[in-house]
Amino acid sequence: MNRAYEMVIGLETHVELRTKSKVFCACKNAFGAEPNTHVCPVCMGLPGALPVFNAQVLRYAAMAGMALGCHVHHRSRFDRKNYFYPDLPKAYQISQFYRPLCEGGALTIQTGAGEKRVGITRIHIEEDAGKLLHDEKSGTALDMNRCGVPLIEIVSEPDIRSAEEAVAYLRKLRAVLTYTGVSDCRMNEGSMRCDVNLSVHRPGEPFGVRTEMKNLNSFQSVERAIEAEYRRQVEALEAGEAVVQETRRYDQKTGKTTSMRRKENSADYRYFPDPDLPEIYLGDAEMAEIRASIPALPDERRMRYMQRYGLTAYAAEQLTAERWLAEYFEQAAALAQNPVALCNLILGEVFAQITLRDTAHTGERGPEALPIAPEHLSALSDMIGAGKVNSSTGKKILSALFDQDQDPAAYAQDHDLFTLTDPAALEAAAREALENNPDMVKTYRSGKTNVEKALMGKAMALTRGKADPEALRQKLLELLGEQG
Amino acid sequence: MKCIPALCRKTVTELCALLDGGQITSVEIVQAYLRAIDARDGDVHAYLETYPDDALREAAEADARRALGQKRSPLDGVPIAVKDNLVMRGRVCSCASRMLASFRSPYDATVIEKLHAAGMPILGRLNMDEFAMGGSTENSAFGVTRNPWNPDRVPGGSSGGSAAAVAAGMAPAALGSDTGGSIRQPASFCGVVGVKPAYGAVSRYGLVAFASSLDQIGPLCKTAADAALVLDVICGGDPRDMTSDPALARPCAGREMQDLSGLTVGLPAECFGEGLDAQVRAAVEAAAGTLRGLGAQVRKVSLPSLPYALPAYYVISSAEASSNLARYDGVRYGYRAQAYADLDELYRKSRQEGFGMEVKRRIMLGTFALSSGYQDQYYLKALKARELLRHEAAEALGGCAALLSPVAPTPAYRLGEKTGDPMEMYLGDIYTVPANITGLPAVSVPCGRSAEGLPIGMSLMGARDSLPLLMGIAGAYERTARVNEGMHPYDAVEEEARA
Repeated sequence: MNRAYEMVIGLETHVELRTKSKVFCACKNAFGAEPNTHVCPVCMGLPGALPVFNAQVLRYAAMAGMALGCHVHHRSRFDRKNYFYPDLPKAYQISQFYRPLCEGGALTIQTGAGEKRVGITRIHIEEDAGKLLHDEKSGTALDMNRCGVPLIEIVSEPDIRSAEEAVAYLRKLRAVLTYTGVSDCRMNEGSMRCDVNLSVHRPGEPFGVRTEMKNLNSFQSVERAIEAEYRRQVEALEAGEAVVQETRRYDQKTGKTTSMRRKENSADYRYFPDPDLPEIYLGDAEMAEIRASIPALPDERRMRYMQRYGLTAYAAEQLTAERWLAEYFEQAAALAQNPVALCNLILGEVFAQITLRDTAHTGERGPEALPIAPEHLSALSDMIGAGKVNSSTGKKILSALFDQDQDPAAYAQDHDLFTLTDPAALEAAAREALENNPDMVKTYRSGKTNVEKALMGKAMALTRGKADPEALRQKLLELLGEQG
Repeated sequence: MKCIPALCRKTVTELCALLDGGQITSVEIVQAYLRAIDARDGDVHAYLETYPDDALREAAEADARRALGQKRSPLDGVPIAVKDNLVMRGRVCSCASRMLASFRSPYDATVIEKLHAAGMPILGRLNMDEFAMGGSTENSAFGVTRNPWNPDRVPGGSSGGSAAAVAAGMAPAALGSDTGGSIRQPASFCGVVGVKPAYGAVSRYGLVAFASSLDQIGPLCKTAADAALVLDVICGGDPRDMTSDPALARPCAGREMQDLSGLTVGLPAECFGEGLDAQVRAAVEAAAGTLRGLGAQVRKVSLPSLPYALPAYYVISSAEASSNLARYDGVRYGYRAQAYADLDELYRKSRQEGFGMEVKRRIMLGTFALSSGYQDQYYLKALKARELLRHEAAEALGGCAALLSPVAPTPAYRLGEKTGDPMEMYLGDIYTVPANITGLPAVSVPCGRSAEGLPIGMSLMGARDSLPLLMGIAGAYERTARVNEGMHPYDAVEEEARA
């Protein structure tokens, strides 16, 4: 990063709501169905069809707004956003432009630099468009299953200053929204998509001209697109060129951004109130009901974990990134002798196993990715903590539990994996290691004492890895010293 | 053969009585109308398509129900025809546009479902101005409709086919749609009754949208009593139309008012000023006298913002139309240009070739009115005028049961007379648009004849929930004035009862 230039980022995030039916018709809201099977005259925009607003969408959108600290308006309204595109059957998108449902919230993010507040300007409801399926042979086809899927668009303030903060914001946004259950926020399935608005400026000077990168569909592409666009803008300014306001596309293959359309060619959306839809009204009683149904959110849980269990802010943030994970941790921690050790086990070896086993590289982590009962994981954590198994044996047991969930103590018993602590057995192993490796012993005694590690490995191998490492080491040093 | 069966001169009310008395069957009625269409529609061209087989089958089913004493509604077996902007499952709905010339709807409009539920056979779909934009039915992509009273005259529009079909005895009743007068003005030009219910009284689901905040479906019939019967079939809230209002569904039929004492009828001064044809003025003033004779008090009222109604209407309706008609882009259904180099050209050429002149004019007008930088001057200003007018109308109607005015400034004009001057054509809507702008119900009732024998209509506009009262006043007037009595635009023959 060029220190002379600061980047300024605002994010527009589209999130699909997990309602049973679409926002303006009774068609099923489901991902992955055969093309054009969840369609009707309304979502296909046929002549004469009219939208009917799904009240569940209002409740979900209001819940999202409340969870993100927004002011949720009693009255809001739908507007038409007019533009031509083949995936938009009515040639307008029903959205909220003049009077959005929610305004003025914030998210708190944690990065290496600490805690930061990112403002949320507004959240509005809109309908999704269809999907164009391009095929070189048969041309372009249209799948309208997604037409009319309910979306909320969450617009952040331009408070973000790095790719790291942008990703932290998105992760936090996903955490909060998945907690409320209004969306599953799967970037790989398109149920969470992000537009990045980015400009650069010299600190102390006014903000620069911004560009927009649309429809980024993974945390990684957000991060890389930001870095690429930042570099491009800085290079342009350094070369004395101007940055122009435009929409740019990030190409994952080249890692570069390219121009899509300039501002002067950009559409005038001619927003106006949709005459087919009456004003939306959300009364006090219903607002209170929605608010009461919101579960404990990540920030609240993060604070609780820090206070009750003594976790670091960073660790607590990690554990609260997803609701299922937080709930899993809470169940396991209630049984564990040492919640901090349990936390470290999860953030370390458990996450490593999950990543290892994510063969499709989706980067998504649902409860099915951790098929171990919380009481088993907490028992394993305790076994490791009490030295009943050493950490490398602990890894083996964990892997076995991922393959088939079971009681870790019984597994250790069955496979004779408990730590060897019997002094006589440890001494026998140490002695045998020295006897088998006289050269190493000679080297050690000539002063190159770091050969001790190799001897330690030999001795450990003789116990099939089960030895209490510290006790074995003591015994080994004792014997090396004795004979010296 | 230019004569029509005498049966086709009967009113809906009379047909119901004949059916109830077993003196006639629905199949006989439908057959008579199909013969009338054969005889007359070559000259008039009210229909774009007829459905003889289905209408006869529906009629036979109605007869079977009646034979079992299981009639679905008072109108079971009475046929009707519909404007070609109401969608019917499996049928073409063209909106008289090349754009939708072969578009078939996969679903029924709510009003079509209601007609089926009432047991009314559907005779066919009726000509109109393209996408309901126009006041003469000259903007149809499929040829003009002629006024049954004089083939050189327009039938009015946009529901010109509906008005002409009823006037010419080719349908006992028809449905039309009214965005700025499109039911009432052709009713007035053709000497029939036309009703625009309050906005929200009839579901718009399945009505191809022109201007969503103004469009309403309504009946055209020979008499107010007939229209009341049809209104009772089509009115009602609909969960598929969020702008529909179940509270407006109040029965209109069977409410005969003998005298109008205690009621006040207002004459808005602004509706009797410059531009009003002297014969029309005289006919409407005479009608005011008739109402007075029935016991009503008649007094002058004022709607000072009325001059803004027309420009506000053209801005709002065109703005909404520009958005509503954007979906006809040649991509998924409807007309698609033959040759195009890219997506932009596909859009441009399909719309250029698929839409007629007037539709394109309105789309451009509306697009402009909504454009950033102009929206404040045009669209938002128009909304303000709309609010003003709503307020003034409500105030005037606080002291009056109805406001009486002309429907159109002149009787039916000649074909081609105004096609070259859109502004002149738009001015013809001056008395009808206030009901759409304000969302109030209004009815057009025949009230006289010009020296040339052309029908003249009067308008009664009332408060939002006053449709039953308006229909009552219209009925009382009609029975007293007997304007159409003994007058027909066509000859009829008595036919032998069929075997």
